[in-house]
Amino acid sequence: MTESGAPLARTPLWSRHRDAGARLVPFAGWEMPVTYSSILDEHRAVRSSAGLFDVSHMGEIRLRGAGALELAQALFSNDVAGAELGRVRYGLLCLESGGAVDDVTLYRTGSSDVLFCVNASNIAADRDWMHEVRARTKSRCEIVDESEATALLAIQGPAALEIVAKLAPTGFVRPRLWHFADTKLGSLPVRLSRTGYTGEDGYEVFIDAARAGALWDLLRDAGGERLTPAGLGARDTLRTEAAYPLYGHELDREHDPIEAGLERFVAFGKGFTGEAALRARADAGPARRLIGLVLEGRQVARPGFKIASPFGDGIVTSGTYGPTVDRSIALGYAPARLRAGARLHVEIRGKLLPCEAVATPFYRRKRG
Amino acid sequence: MADREYEIPDDCQFTESDEWVRVDGTLVRVGITDYAQSELNDIVFVELPEAGRQLEKGDAFGVVESVKAVSDLLAPLTGEIAEVHGRLSEHPEWLNEDPYGRGWIIAINPEDLEAVDGLMSAVEYRAHVKARAGK
Repeated sequence: MTESGAPLARTPLWSRHRDAGARLVPFAGWEMPVTYSSILDEHRAVRSSAGLFDVSHMGEIRLRGAGALELAQALFSNDVAGAELGRVRYGLLCLESGGAVDDVTLYRTGSSDVLFCVNASNIAADRDWMHEVRARTKSRCEIVDESEATALLAIQGPAALEIVAKLAPTGFVRPRLWHFADTKLGSLPVRLSRTGYTGEDGYEVFIDAARAGALWDLLRDAGGERLTPAGLGARDTLRTEAAYPLYGHELDREHDPIEAGLERFVAFGKGFTGEAALRARADAGPARRLIGLVLEGRQVARPGFKIASPFGDGIVTSGTYGPTVDRSIALGYAPARLRAGARLHVEIRGKLLPCEAVATPFYRRKRG
Repeated sequence: MADREYEIPDDCQFTESDEWVRVDGTLVRVGITDYAQSELNDIVFVELPEAGRQLEKGDAFGVVESVKAVSDLLAPLTGEIAEVHGRLSEHPEWLNEDPYGRGWIIAINPEDLEAVDGLMSAVEYRAHVKARAGK
């Protein structure tokens, strides 16, 4: 997990997790709560009420000054210029080959200021890649890594909006989906982003690292019984049901967004690194594609397990028991000729177990 | 690591791989300990053996899977599988809820019932759990 036994980093909320009895495990170089009591209970709490996650390990990298928007446009697969201030967009940073350096969210924060929220495991690699593209494009904007100074909490689930509204100032207008607002919760200045990684409505809340503990306590007080602290275990089962990719599993430098089924986050024609390769890939049609699998039994298809199909083998990238769909579900790369409904097998400990290729997501919330 | 007291009943003996055994007449009933179920977290699948199978001590006789992990079940004793708790297939959560009761997995007809005494006592097992939890 961590490189060469380097000490694990701790988020500003580490002592709160420990005091709450969390099971703390290494993740991307950080010591993070995987669960506080039960992954399934935390998962269900998010689907039925609300959950509170510490995701402060994630990185924040800002592009600032003249040329910031142009550099963002050169880096990011989705459109930047067409996103108005206050908008959040999901997209990828791609190599010239189209392979994914990272999958990130972009915040349109100012007329010459954008913020990328990036995966913890990729902070250094993203920063390096941004500097490389900056040099290539002769951009003069600043690249500022604000990861250490920034904490990130996620409050997710059908009760999340109401809990947050109790703490917001009078006259607060909540941001629409995929938008953010700079506001206060109680007396704490926050950036409130109507985004998430669970398949539920809710917010991701950016705050100065020094105030993260106060925000955690404030949200827990406001949420009471309706808000359950949830760890990375539930975050993973929730995102798998929603079929959101996880970098290092569905995405890496050898897999591109076309293969991963993320075409809608690729804005062809606007110019960005990797566009030509992705265009060619999309036109020719990829040989492999990310598919969803539902297993017949309750055994879990783990990453690296073989998918056997009449058109050739594939490989599982993520798999779990899906607590809400109550099925064993998996994501994996398989020959692109496979269609939803195809009967396949996954090899689990030497046995071929039947499964079906399905359209994703496995779970979609009902919008109120 | 959650600071909790694990349930370790005095009427059981234990393996280093966190199975418990309890003598029940001429059979020994086998399951996984409270510590084991807690480490695995929510168990979602149990692969059970067939009754009648002959086991050597240390043989893998089944698998438990949780959301996060997979673990082999290892035979605590040599003997024949006399009973299999088939309902666990439908209720893997019993392993979490009641590991020493409804969560029993198999009963073995042991070759040598006295071999039970060679396993860890509750006191020894508590020390074994503590040693690992302290790491």
